[in-house]
Amino acid sequence: MRRRRMVVWAALGVLVGALAVVASGCGGGDDGGSGASAELDGLGTTLEEIQANAKNEGQVNLVIWAGYADKTWADQFTQETGCKVLTKDGASSDDMVDLVSTGEWDGVSASGDATLRLIAKDDVAPVNFDLIPNYADVYEGLKDQSYNTVDGVGYGVPHGRGVNDLIFRNDILPADTDSWAPIWPGTDYKGKLSIYDNQIFIADAALYLKATQPDLNITDPYELDEDQFNAVVDLLKQQRPNIGKYWDGVTYADQVTTFKSGETVVGTTWPYQVNLMAAEKPPLKVTALVPKEGTTGWSDTWMIYSKAAHPNCMYLWMNYIISPEANAKVAEYFGEAPSNAKACDKTSDPNYCTNNHADDESYWDPDNVFYWNTPQADCGDDRGDVCKTYEDWRTAWTEIKG
Amino acid sequence: MTSAPHVEPPARGNPGRRLSTMFFRHEWLRLGGLLAAPLGWLVVIYLGSLFLLLLASFWGTEPFTSEVVHTWTLDNFKQLFDEPVYRNVAVRTVSMAIYVTIADAVLAFPLAYYMARVASPRTRNILVVAVLTPLWASYLVKAYIWRTMLGEQGIINWLLSPFGLEIHGKSSFGLWLAFTYLWLPFMILPIYAGLERISHSLLEASADLGARSLRTFWKVTIPLVFPAVVAGSIFTFSLTLGDYILPSLIADQQFIGTVIYTDRGTNLPVAAAFAMVPVAVMTVYLFVAKRLGAFESL
Repeated sequence: MRRRRMVVWAALGVLVGALAVVASGCGGGDDGGSGASAELDGLGTTLEEIQANAKNEGQVNLVIWAGYADKTWADQFTQETGCKVLTKDGASSDDMVDLVSTGEWDGVSASGDATLRLIAKDDVAPVNFDLIPNYADVYEGLKDQSYNTVDGVGYGVPHGRGVNDLIFRNDILPADTDSWAPIWPGTDYKGKLSIYDNQIFIADAALYLKATQPDLNITDPYELDEDQFNAVVDLLKQQRPNIGKYWDGVTYADQVTTFKSGETVVGTTWPYQVNLMAAEKPPLKVTALVPKEGTTGWSDTWMIYSKAAHPNCMYLWMNYIISPEANAKVAEYFGEAPSNAKACDKTSDPNYCTNNHADDESYWDPDNVFYWNTPQADCGDDRGDVCKTYEDWRTAWTEIKG
Repeated sequence: MTSAPHVEPPARGNPGRRLSTMFFRHEWLRLGGLLAAPLGWLVVIYLGSLFLLLLASFWGTEPFTSEVVHTWTLDNFKQLFDEPVYRNVAVRTVSMAIYVTIADAVLAFPLAYYMARVASPRTRNILVVAVLTPLWASYLVKAYIWRTMLGEQGIINWLLSPFGLEIHGKSSFGLWLAFTYLWLPFMILPIYAGLERISHSLLEASADLGARSLRTFWKVTIPLVFPAVVAGSIFTFSLTLGDYILPSLIADQQFIGTVIYTDRGTNLPVAAAFAMVPVAVMTVYLFVAKRLGAFESL
């Protein structure tokens, strides 16, 4: 009996000891990572050096929005540079920020609600544009923007921009539908809505209230004070029971399936799914458009991980994806406006750039398309620090889903 | 090698034998050698990660970047109590686990009884294989099959339509059906094993003492097999409690698992704190199960 007790005590001792080791190990883990990380380890100083180094690296690991590195143009990149392209789709901007911090990825196609967070975390490095020749052809309206440049330091290469569309089935909704109203309370399509599953969708609700309830004085859907925020959350809670299926950047194909089966008939979408639906056999009869209330959108930036294992391949990728040919392909494939002005000559549809407002800066005016952005306490106007933070948005989204 | 090979004097057997003698003499070495690997795994990796989880639940986050800040705080637990949504989600998840467990027990018992007591050895073997076969199919495949079957134009609604009935696939009811199907084998097998273990002589003794079959069933079989039912319920209950794929795939409903999954990226400490809820529920459950003698039937 005594011996048995000794064994138990010994085991307990081992347990406590091991836990102490584990605890001290993780306590010491939060140092470092400070200071500007201007230099990337192992990056060549000239384009030739980068190309030579890339041959040795042999691969590049990317966190992407679905469809940003399709074989159609990624294989061409591998042929030219010797870098194999490995990708992972991000479900949302949060997912992407989270994935980058794992340290397994060299770069990311970050939207405006992720870029500043990545920069603040020192997870991405400034980019030396001299080593990215194609950067010269990028639209001026995409350079030096608040979401890709901090204190005059550029943190990435603009990929392209697009909008979140209203989508509906032609056989169910009237052809002249031109409002977000069908997805909000009072809808005739209860239980048939298809909605993006992320707190950033709160901005879409805010945008609708901006148009329909002027007395709330919503100016920017990402800068919501207490009253505005409560009204928006209330609207979303009323919408909740009408939702047929959520979708996100990983389950986007689900939206195609549910539109096909009729499980959902109206909702919000990316142009990418619209293209996927058109590619179905037979093509789904749907309409996608920007309704009269305006919409949210995104402007994406390729960023390089500050401790990238394959920095040379990543630099070559950042240059390649904004080359006229590749940029035209990815823009048409996803259904967004390219970032490189010369890409417009390479699109398969000659009117593609005009139709997608590639060089129409007034279309992308902040009062027309509201790019995804990270909400902060500072409202950015004379209201001061009274706006809801992204953390509040996250908690609210959990609450809305119930 | 230039020197002549040194010949070991044949002291007491070969090295293997000496090693074995050493282990025989030193009990601690023997025990340590046997348990080092499994105990190391259990303590460092298994309990260690649980401990880290607990630790993480006391940390805070930077509101803008969602980065974990290593400052001690109880805010995460406070948030769990203050926001009714977390309570609702926890209650929803635990109730689902209870309903699924009850349904599985009710469905599994007759089948297990038939297998153990009535069926011929041949039929029994076929049934055991039939119960085990679904476990070979991927979980995801089964999840998607249920999603299709529960769909508006799915086979279940097609079968129900002549009776004017309709199941809303996204309802909790649909989810409950799918869960019940998914975990049924985990309930059947322990009950079957429990019934098999009951000695025939006990049933004969009961009959000899004048009990009719129904009375024997209630007074002898049921009490003897009950711990096995509880053992099976540990599986069905804990598997439902921890699942996060089926709820998001079929019902778009938030369960403990799905909330942890979405919070993990944006607020790890809250996710960690919420993860303590199923740990606590399971601890209580296992404690009760042990009292009911389920551990002897595992």
